[in-house]
This record gives sequence, C-alpha cells and structure tokens, in this order.
Amino acid sequence: MHVTFSTKVLAFQEEVRAFFRDEYPDDIRKVVDSGGEMPPEMQVRWQQTLYKKGWAAANWPVEYGGTGWSPVEKYIYAREEGFANAPIMMPFGMHMVAPVIYTFGSEEQKQRFLPDILASKVWWCQGYSEPGAGSDLASLKTRADLAGDHYVVNGTKTWTTLGQHADWIFCLVRTNTDVARRQEGISFLLIDMNTPGVSVTPIMLLDGTLEVNEVHFTDVKVPVGNLVGEEGKGWTYGKVLLQHERTNSANTFRSQYRTRQLRAQAATSVRGAPPLENDQNFMRKLAAVEIELKALEYTELRTLAAIASGKAPGPESSFLKIKGTEIVQAIDTLYMEAAGYYCLPYKADPAVGEGSETSSALNYFNNRKVTIFAGSNEIQKNIIAKHVLGL
Amino acid sequence: MDFSLNELQTMMADSVGRFIDNKYDFDTRQKYAESERGFSDDVWNTFAELGWTAVPFAEDDGGLGGGPVDVMVLMQSLARGLVVEPYVANIILAGGVLRRVANDAQKEKWLQPILGGELHATLAFHEPQARYELADVATTATQKGDDWVISGHKGLVLNGGTSDLLLVPARTSGDTGDEHGITLFAVAADSDGLSCNAYATVDGLRAAEISLANVHVPHDAVLGSVDEGYAALDATIDDATLAVCAEAVGIMYALKDKTVQYSKDRSQFGVPIGSFQALQHRMVDMLMACEQAQSLLMWAAMMNEEGNDESKRAVSAIKYMIGTAGRKLGEEAVQIHGGMGVTWELDVAHYFKRLTTISTLFGNADWHLDKLAA
Repeated sequence: MHVTFSTKVLAFQEEVRAFFRDEYPDDIRKVVDSGGEMPPEMQVRWQQTLYKKGWAAANWPVEYGGTGWSPVEKYIYAREEGFANAPIMMPFGMHMVAPVIYTFGSEEQKQRFLPDILASKVWWCQGYSEPGAGSDLASLKTRADLAGDHYVVNGTKTWTTLGQHADWIFCLVRTNTDVARRQEGISFLLIDMNTPGVSVTPIMLLDGTLEVNEVHFTDVKVPVGNLVGEEGKGWTYGKVLLQHERTNSANTFRSQYRTRQLRAQAATSVRGAPPLENDQNFMRKLAAVEIELKALEYTELRTLAAIASGKAPGPESSFLKIKGTEIVQAIDTLYMEAAGYYCLPYKADPAVGEGSETSSALNYFNNRKVTIFAGSNEIQKNIIAKHVLGL
Repeated sequence: MDFSLNELQTMMADSVGRFIDNKYDFDTRQKYAESERGFSDDVWNTFAELGWTAVPFAEDDGGLGGGPVDVMVLMQSLARGLVVEPYVANIILAGGVLRRVANDAQKEKWLQPILGGELHATLAFHEPQARYELADVATTATQKGDDWVISGHKGLVLNGGTSDLLLVPARTSGDTGDEHGITLFAVAADSDGLSCNAYATVDGLRAAEISLANVHVPHDAVLGSVDEGYAALDATIDDATLAVCAEAVGIMYALKDKTVQYSKDRSQFGVPIGSFQALQHRMVDMLMACEQAQSLLMWAAMMNEEGNDESKRAVSAIKYMIGTAGRKLGEEAVQIHGGMGVTWELDVAHYFKRLTTISTLFGNADWHLDKLAA
C-alpha cells in the first residue's frame, strides 16, 4: 500500500504542470479566479488551446483524436488542471454527446460530428430535462414522430445550460408511447438549433445570471440520419453518459485550490479588517472541510485504482458526486462568510472597489445548483441504496 | 500507487478473520469482558503464538518489522470481534515506548516477555488535570542516591489493573506543560507506594487510577535520556491514535453492515423497514461515512509509514473524522435498530460504546480539529 507514482507518471505530471504554467492565459485566469461569468470567446479560446496541444479529449479513444492516457494519467491531468484552476471544459460536446456518438453512432455520424467537437468549432447543449420531467427523467414527453425520411419533433426541454450559444442540441425524445416500461420508446436525437421551429427562452437564475434556458420545438423536422443508434434505445445511451457526468463532479482538486486560496486570504487583512485566521470558528470550519476533501481525494484514488485494475466504474460515481458537491457548497459558504459585509454588493462594481470577495454571495447562490443537477443528490442516494446496499 | 494488501497483510487479515469467526463470537467476547481480568489469558497467548503481538517491532527485537499500515490492517480486522484483549496497552503503548527508547538490557527484560505474552504492561500517559495534553505532566521524579523517587497521580491507565509493568512519564525538570523535562520510567506494579484502583470503562474494557507516593525505582528504570522522554511519548500516542482509529473504522463497517441487514430483516407495516426512503438515505450516509473514514485512515497510515511531514496532521484528521462522522454513524445504527438498539443484549450497542470510547481516547474531535485549524 503506497501512493507514490512511477517516474514516467511523474514526468508526465511535470509536463502538464508546465503547460498550465506557460499556456494558461492571464486574462482567462483572472475571470476564473474571480468566480465571474466566462465569456464564450474565452471558453472557446481555451478549449482550442487544449486542442492544439492534443489534450482536448482525455477520455476519447485514440482513433477519434483522444489522448490515449491511462486512468492514472487522466487523473494526473485532472489534478493539475484543478490545481491551476483552469476553466472547466464545456462538457456537452466533448464529454457527453461525443462518447454516445463514437460508441453507438454510425460511421457517417462519427465523421460528421466528432472532428468539430474535438476542435471546439461547434457548441453543443443538452436536451434531457423537461418542465414535467426533472429527477423523474423517464417521464419525458417531447415526441419525435416519424414522417418519411424525417422526424417531427414537438415539446419543450429545460435547464439547457448555455443553450443560447449552442449550434446543436442532443435530445432524449419519445418515439414510441405504446411501451411496457417508460424507459422504453425513448430515442437519442441530434438537432441543429438553426432548424425552423426551434426557439430558446432564457431562464434567469437566482443570482441574476442567464446560464440556462428553455428550448421549444414546434413541428421541427429532423432527418432520420440524426438518430443515434437504434430507435427506442436512447435511455440506455443516456445512462452511459450520465455516469460520466457524475464521475467528473467530485471537483476535488478545484476545491483544494479554493481551500488553499481561502487559507491564504485568511492570513492577510482584507480591506483593513483583522486577518480571519484569528477567528477560531472560521478556521475550524475551514479545517473540517479540508479533512472531508482529503478523504474524498483518497476515495477518488481508491476508485481510480479499482478502474486501473480493470473494474468498470459503477455506482461509486454517485458517491463522488454527492460528497464533491456538498464540499463545493461548503466552500462557497466559507467564501461568503470570509467576505463579511463585502459579500453583499451585487456584482464587482467600481463603486465597491477591487476584490474578488464581492462575487462570493453570487457564487453561493449560483452553486445551489450543483447538488441538484446531474441527478439530484437524493436521486444519487436512491441509486446507492438500490445498487450498493441492496435495499 | 497501490491500495492492495501485501502478502503478510492478507495473511494477517485472513487469520484474524478466521479467529473471530471460529473462536470469538459475541457471547464469548462478553464472557471475557465480564471475567475478573477483563480479557482471556488463553486468547492473549494465542495472539502471541500467531505472531500478532510481534507485528510492529523490528526483526532485531523479535518482531515482524511491520509499520503503521500493518497495524492498521490488524486493528481493523480485530475490530469486528470487539476484541477485549489488551493489544493497545501492551503492544502499541508499552511496546511503542520500549522499542523506541529502551536499551538492549531493558528490551531483553521487558519487551521480549511482552511479545511473548508473559508480561503485561501499559503506558500511564494521562493525568487528571491534563485533559488531552500529553506534556501536562505534574507527576515528579527526583533523584535520591542511586534511585529515582516518583510521586503523582495517573488517570485512566488502560489495563492498569492487570499490568505487571507501568511506563510512567514523570517530570524531572521544567514546568507542568513543558515538553522538555519529561522522563519515562519503568515501574513495577507491585512497587511500594504504588496503589491501583481498577475499574471498568463504558466499552467493557478496563482502566485504573494509579497513585504513586514516593515510589523508589532504580537508575536502570529510566527509559531513554533523562528529560527527553516527550518525543517517544508523543510518537507512541500517534501510533496508538492511528491504531484505535483503524479499530473504529472496522467498527463503523460492522455497524453499517448490521444495520443494513437488520433493515432488510425487520418488517413493520407489512414491509421491510429498509424499503423506507427516510431510512435508506441515512444508511447511504452511513456507507459514505465508512468509505470516507477508510480513505482518510489509509492516507494517515501511509503518511506515517513513510514519515511524511503531514503525519501528525493526518493523525489529527482521522481522529477528528472518527469523533464526528464515526460518532454520528454509531448513533444512527442504534436509532435504525429501534428498541433493540438500546438493549444490552444486542452487539450493536457494544460496538457503539467502543466507538464512543475511541472518540474520546487520545484527544476528542474538537481537540484534534484545533490542531488543524491553527
């Protein structure tokens, strides 16, 4: 039992570290560190920097442009990316639709979609949830009726993150209502957002940001060639994708970056106030979060060791999602508390003066979402109760 | 990176598992706990014969050359049986001090018989006024001719009543609270002037209040250097903290497993109570607490094994987690067992009591959190 890495892995770590040190632009770093909204131009610029380095698709098979990294190398990359607090890769193209396309899609679909996803030339969004189908996703009602060489799609998708910038959307749609189980009769469809009948309505979140939307489909004609895999198998494909979404949501290293930043901030005087490290209550809460986070780091490592030895990732991804998101919210709370009165100004504003602490309450509000999205934490507990505890 | 057990560890975990399955069911444990000495001498001899008492000692001392990770595996395996034999007192505490500072003659005289199961020893690390501060040593030792004369009071001496030998930190210079000026002495339990009041603790184990009134010990009772005993004391308590944390994690898994099983077996309103979501989510929390504690324990054991700079912080971190998440898990196990959970008859209550005892031993959660908050 030991946690030392091989010389080869350590050399790789050095390479990754150097890349983030040298290639991560200051203007983007400033936006990420402040916790503010990331302009799409910056997001795309960063993703294309990774593409040029050949590091855009850590998880893809090499034949489609993946890195060919081992599980340990992927872990090292994620660690360095987190420690650098580099922007999170937009998951919808790279991590969500691409694996479904290269696993279940046709040769024509692979050639048509994968290169543009890899190069971040096309912006994808996700069409899963509906106004009446949230945690109970299988009750979705958006329907796609076959009419010759195309489907006619009607319905509404919601919580579509950054759909206002999207070129394409991947959707779970109902192609058959006459089924024994609601999970049957669902298909996985790719839809061009510029198709007539598609409209996007923004939903303002509690922090005032416009990051999610409703997407409406009114008699939208979608070529049958945009169906991925078999009709009626969409639920199975979608589940594969959600498991990935959860594994990625432990956020361990980004959270460690933030607790270190909080420690550094606590050691200094902000706006003339006494340093927070004199406040035992605050420091105890910070230490308690650090302990949970260290435990999560090792839980993730144990999962990684299991995967590296050939076991498939299973329900433990639910576990990482629950703990990881609880910790994210605990850290958000500490940032807000650390800011004192200066968590209250609505946004960084010349009238308030410099200081990243002014967005701390907004982050706290915005990140209430993390325990809700990707299958709420309560849904994750249902999954663990059933599949791990056998209840 | 490798989280698997090596050959020795696998063998040890297997043999402890077999021992508990075949020789140490709950009723047997209770019989030993309620016996006069509070444990079974036969079982203790078995521990010695199987080599479990030799795990953390160097091969030159007759040991297996094991480190914190090996002790972790052993303690976690023993936990399932709620073993009452004095492994912590003899092997981790007394053995830990002796292997660090005893000279060859002292090892020959005391350490070898401890490994062989023939001599019982313990470390009197606590004094009533000290709460959890190890350096708060008011017991004094002064030189008189060739002897040292020791006076003071030691509290909650684990297995003090059945120990033949007591290792006693006493102040030979400086003020109460100073790390420097503490000297470690080996004191025979039958020394003149030493009185021992033994009692049971809430977990069914034993401890004692020990008073020393002008107890004379010879010069060769000094372990290590005069005034320099704190480092060995502190390192030994870190070992012991890790060891009981490993036991605690083993207990957490046992309680989680028993609770999940009970929720499948116990029916109310015509269905197993495990079908209720209010209970399911709480049992998932118990599972997650086990996994988080296991992860942190492995980290702490590995850091200590490699002598990493983070060793001490790691010990405090796992102790904090046992004192908070571990305690919570114990409370949940009792709650979900309902009325049965609060009976003496069911083993669940006894796991809970041992877990609660461990929460306090060697510094509670608040005390360790303060070390990390600083």
